[in-house]
Parts: sequence; C-alpha cells; structure tokens
Amino acid sequence: MIPLSWYLIVAAALFCIGLYGALARRNAIGILMGVELMLNAANINLVAFWRYVRPEALTGQLFAIFVMTVAAAEVAVGLALIIAIYRSRETVNVEEVDLLRG
Amino acid sequence: MLLQILFIVFSIAVLGLAILTVTVRNMFHASLTLVGSLFGVAALYILLEAEFLAVVQVMVYVGAIATLIIFAIMLSRNIMRSDIRSANDQWIEGLVAAVLLFIVLGLVVSRTGWQTVSAAAPADAIPAIGSALVGEYVIPFEVASVLLLVGMVGAIIIARERER
Repeated sequence: MIPLSWYLIVAAALFCIGLYGALARRNAIGILMGVELMLNAANINLVAFWRYVRPEALTGQLFAIFVMTVAAAEVAVGLALIIAIYRSRETVNVEEVDLLRG
Repeated sequence: MLLQILFIVFSIAVLGLAILTVTVRNMFHASLTLVGSLFGVAALYILLEAEFLAVVQVMVYVGAIATLIIFAIMLSRNIMRSDIRSANDQWIEGLVAAVLLFIVLGLVVSRTGWQTVSAAAPADAIPAIGSALVGEYVIPFEVASVLLLVGMVGAIIIARERER
C-alpha cells in the first residue's frame, strides 16, 4: 500500500506550485489557475486522510465535495470580474489595474 | 508494487503539468496543462479508492471550470499573445516563499508519525455519500446550493454588458 506521507508530499508540492503561480503571474486568469491548484492540493490531503485515518466515516470525502462546490462558485465569479475589468480597462494584467492606488 | 509505480507516474504528471501551468507564457497553453494536471488529480483519487470524487473532479474541473477559463481567455483577446512577459516583478520573492513553504511542509510531513489504519475502503461509499448529503449533512448541502445560485446570479450580473 502507498504510504500516507507520499500523498501529503505530493499535495504539499502541488500547493507550493499553486502558491508560486498566484504570487508570480501578471495575468489575472493565471492567478486564478494558481488558486485552483492550491484548492486541489487541499482536496488531495482531505481524501488521503479519509482513506488512511478514518475510512469508515465519510467526512473527508464530503468535505472535499463542498470544497469543489465553493471552488466552482469562486471561478464563476472570479472570471466574471476579470471579464468586467477587461471591458472597462482593456487589460487583465493585475499590475495595470490600479484605480484605487492613491 | 504496481500501485506505487502508478502513483509515482501520476504524481510526476500532476506536478510537471502544474509547473507548466504556472510558467508557460501563452495563457491558452496554461489552461490546457491545468486540465491535464487536474485530470491527474482525478487519477490520484482513483488510487485512493474515492471513485465518486474522481468522477466529480472530471465533471466539475475538466468539464466546467476548464471551459469557463478557456471562454474567459478567448473573450479577452490580447492575452492570447505569448510574447508578453508572464511573470511579474515579485516572481523571485514568490519562488522563495513557495520553496520555503514546501521545505517546512515536507519536514512536518516526514517527521510526524502518522497513525494510519489499514482497513479497507467501504464498498458502498456512493450510496452512503448520497444518504449523508440529504441526512446528516443536509444544512451544508442546502447552503452550498444557495451559494451556487448566488454565485451564478452574481457572475451573470457582473459580466453582463451594460445598457447605455
């Protein structure tokens, strides 16, 4: 059987890759993709803990389902915001969206 | 032994495609590698014997979220250009933060003695999930449906063309 720590290491690596994407991308859609990778890393952890610690309870799987629901709502609203910003500013580069800068 | 080899293959695919997702210049290529990476995560769910989650992962992420992202890329046309710089000025700080966080998480994971059980996964997990969603977890389930409705209405209102 695959050790639990392998899954946790892969999830940690995926989370850090997503964090780098969210911090280093200039494109707002790229930042959203990084956030998606981080949410998936958290889901891998939840399912791995369900399988290896309490397989008789369903809590881990159900929590992962709710995380996916929230991620779907987040992407829909986030992309709508990006399209609205693109309409008014003709750019999706987060460095050029500085209307609130004093 | 076969399971371990499959796990390593899928993990390398997931992590390699994820690295491409955050580094390639062309956003359209980034979205395609993101789809591949999320597909690999579904394969990891299969290895964890969470078949229902694997199917939901493919339907929600590969089906719906990837389509939304590709639509958004198509609608904002000048980001299809791949000659513009893709990383911002703080990418070195971001890389340092990500690597440091990975070192910390790796140390925590490898030094903790995880108390695992070797029980088999329940064979009737999918009916149990279904009855738990309308039984014990009915309040979160209803709240999630309201959240999706609000998110959908909000997305339509925000992205709609304004009448002048």
